[in-house]
Amino acid sequence: MSFSTILMTVFSTTLIYAAPLIFTALGGTFSERSGVVNVGLEGMMIVGAFSSTVFNLSCGNIFGNATPWLSLLIGGVFGLLFSILHAVATINCRANHIISGTVLNLMAPALCIFLTRVFYNGKGQTPVINQSMGTFTFPGLADIPFIGKILFTKTSLAAYVAVFIGGVSWFFLYRTNIGLRLRSVGENPMAADTLGINVAQYRYLGVLISGALGGVGGGVMAQSITLNFSASTISGQGFMALAAMIFGKWNPLGATGAAIFFGLAQSLPIIGGYVPILDNMDSVWFQIAPYAITIVVLVIFLGKSVAPAADGQNYIKGR
Amino acid sequence: MEKYVVQMKNITKNFGNYKANDDISLELKQGEILALLGENGAGKSTLMGMLSGLLQPTSGDIIINDKIVRMESPREAKKLGIGMVHQHFMLIPAFSVLENIILGDEPLKAGRINYKQAAADITLLAGKYHLEIDLNAKVRDITVGMQQRVEIMKALYRKANIFIFDEPTAALTPQEIKQLMKVLRTLAAEGKSVIFITHKLKEIKEAADRCVVIRMGKLVDTVEVSETKEESLAEMMVGHKVNFAVKKQETDQGKEIFRIENLNVEAHGQLKLKNLSLTVHAGEIVGVAGVDGNGQSELIAAITGLQKVKKGVIMLGDKQLQQQNARKIAAAGIGCIPEDRQNIGLILPLTIAENLVLKSYYKQPISNKGFLNYKRINEDGRALIEKFDIRSQSEKELVEDLSGGNQQKVIVAREINAHPDLLIAANPTRGVDIGAIEYIHEKIVEQRNSGHGVLLVSFELEEILKLSDRVVVMHEGQIVGEIDPRRTSSEELGLLMAGRKIAE
Repeated sequence: MSFSTILMTVFSTTLIYAAPLIFTALGGTFSERSGVVNVGLEGMMIVGAFSSTVFNLSCGNIFGNATPWLSLLIGGVFGLLFSILHAVATINCRANHIISGTVLNLMAPALCIFLTRVFYNGKGQTPVINQSMGTFTFPGLADIPFIGKILFTKTSLAAYVAVFIGGVSWFFLYRTNIGLRLRSVGENPMAADTLGINVAQYRYLGVLISGALGGVGGGVMAQSITLNFSASTISGQGFMALAAMIFGKWNPLGATGAAIFFGLAQSLPIIGGYVPILDNMDSVWFQIAPYAITIVVLVIFLGKSVAPAADGQNYIKGR
Repeated sequence: MEKYVVQMKNITKNFGNYKANDDISLELKQGEILALLGENGAGKSTLMGMLSGLLQPTSGDIIINDKIVRMESPREAKKLGIGMVHQHFMLIPAFSVLENIILGDEPLKAGRINYKQAAADITLLAGKYHLEIDLNAKVRDITVGMQQRVEIMKALYRKANIFIFDEPTAALTPQEIKQLMKVLRTLAAEGKSVIFITHKLKEIKEAADRCVVIRMGKLVDTVEVSETKEESLAEMMVGHKVNFAVKKQETDQGKEIFRIENLNVEAHGQLKLKNLSLTVHAGEIVGVAGVDGNGQSELIAAITGLQKVKKGVIMLGDKQLQQQNARKIAAAGIGCIPEDRQNIGLILPLTIAENLVLKSYYKQPISNKGFLNYKRINEDGRALIEKFDIRSQSEKELVEDLSGGNQQKVIVAREINAHPDLLIAANPTRGVDIGAIEYIHEKIVEQRNSGHGVLLVSFELEEILKLSDRVVVMHEGQIVGEIDPRRTSSEELGLLMAGRKIAE
């Protein structure tokens, strides 16, 4: 294999694995910027992966090529609906955010596997989808010498969409008044309240966007990587996204970059087989790598990066 | 006839059976500065809460610009031109000054915030009212004085005509207080009306036109400030004659009992104390003056063992205290009335009696082979409640249900009852009413009179000047000067606090 082919493989595999993480990490950023800690991302991804797979299997023959993309939207919608539980628990009932998120994480796999058994004749996993999200070659851009081959040939369109949404998210949070207000309730809800900003409303916004993006992230995972839904479809990606969000300092652009880095880590087991020197190593190391890297990054950066000041604090009026 | 911008008529506010405000009336004229004087718990905040829309009166009318209004939320109060500057600033440290000011009322241009226009508008306003602010700085990086100006600007930006200041001088240096008074007068001169809540008589004399005094929820009187003496204001507020002087006996201050040498302490990667040295003698109160955040908290934390000492020596008599743990330090003879009584001084959900044994629960006779002797704990508790005049229903009452002054008395009782060689008192009377202040001061002086040492750290200059035998001034982690409290003014102290060295 030529050098540029190796690079192309590394780059596209990285992006394929990064795409779900980018969406989900962006989701986490919205929620935590509004002051609601979201460890339930994993659960939201599971719901998104399940619902998108079911949609794909049932409507694949109607919508043809467009099915995976529509499935993502469905995943987003169900992720959003699922996140309402977290919003109600934390914002209205003032539950501890970690506990509420953990409940989502416990509930989602149980619920989705149960429904899988109900829908698919008692089997623990769904059939494989017919309309999957293949690789994409950008017309025109792919012809740019060298770079075109590496960046724009046989790559993940979903990842490019994710990066674009990362940019949009940054603009939304840092350039619009709604973004400023959303961040203000995550920093000092009482100050925001005295300025007539409805704290609950903006926190709902943060959590629901988070649910939608987490659902899309789960959907991307199922539509482009696992190609079906089972108990192992989402195996820690939600927590990796959470780590990416922290690594990215709760900033959409940082989270996007960090998610791409974790994508690289996740793609190691696959890349390992292609890269000449690495293919002699025991593949178990590559399997462990993404998780080990997540832990190491968290240990190093968790203490250093500064979370929104009121992240995880319930707001009780008049105190 | 003069124009009233605010009239509160026969306002009563009940919380359950408790009357927080009972038939109070006040008027605010256009362009005047009105002081609202009262002790903690007198009902000042409740009254102003109703004027700012946070609370609704049980009965009575609020009339603003000749119209009876009923404000259900701060938002409606804002629309009527009422701007509130809270005691604890409502700012977002991570945001810039500009973002803090426009938050909630952002000018937009094509969907994005028009920062340029906002900055231009605010700069214009700032010039008109002589408010010096740096729009691009992050709020966490600016001084308390500027934070307050940002709060004022927030209200001006929202076109407020009526300003309510809640204890505006609590965290300011004398110079900053002067600046604030100037701003208040500028506001009044531009036709805005100002109410400020305070219990400091001096400031009322300095800035206010009229003064409304309330006590225990009832209106005592409304007086012209220029015709009223400080003493009579104090008497009206407390309800009896106030004893301003403290009884200090002559003590033998020859023996040094506590010494700090070249203390260096690091926190959050910054050097908070730089080669700080300090001594306290037996029978002496040493006052540490300084603006909040100049290393006072770190100094106390280092002495009491809550913060690691990087370099330096701390000696109590001949015992080395640095690098010891907090329990050993306390047992060695250091008592501390901490600055943050609710988080460090007390465990709020425990009873008074339990809080009183927090420093001795592990020793005989309170603890017997690991089991607590509750009979003894409660008996001792009752005795101390009696001795230290802690107003409570019983020793089993939870500390969180006590008033601020009585919570402070619980700490004072626990610390003084351990008979420490050195008592550290950090802002011991902050947020405490006058009666309790007198009492706490008395206890601190008693400690001194009986031949022990006291280290008094306080942001209240009057308190420092009144109690201390010697005053040292802290600035940026160093002692920048030492002065004799009998021969200084708060102006000189203020300059030192701002980092100026004394001219030799």
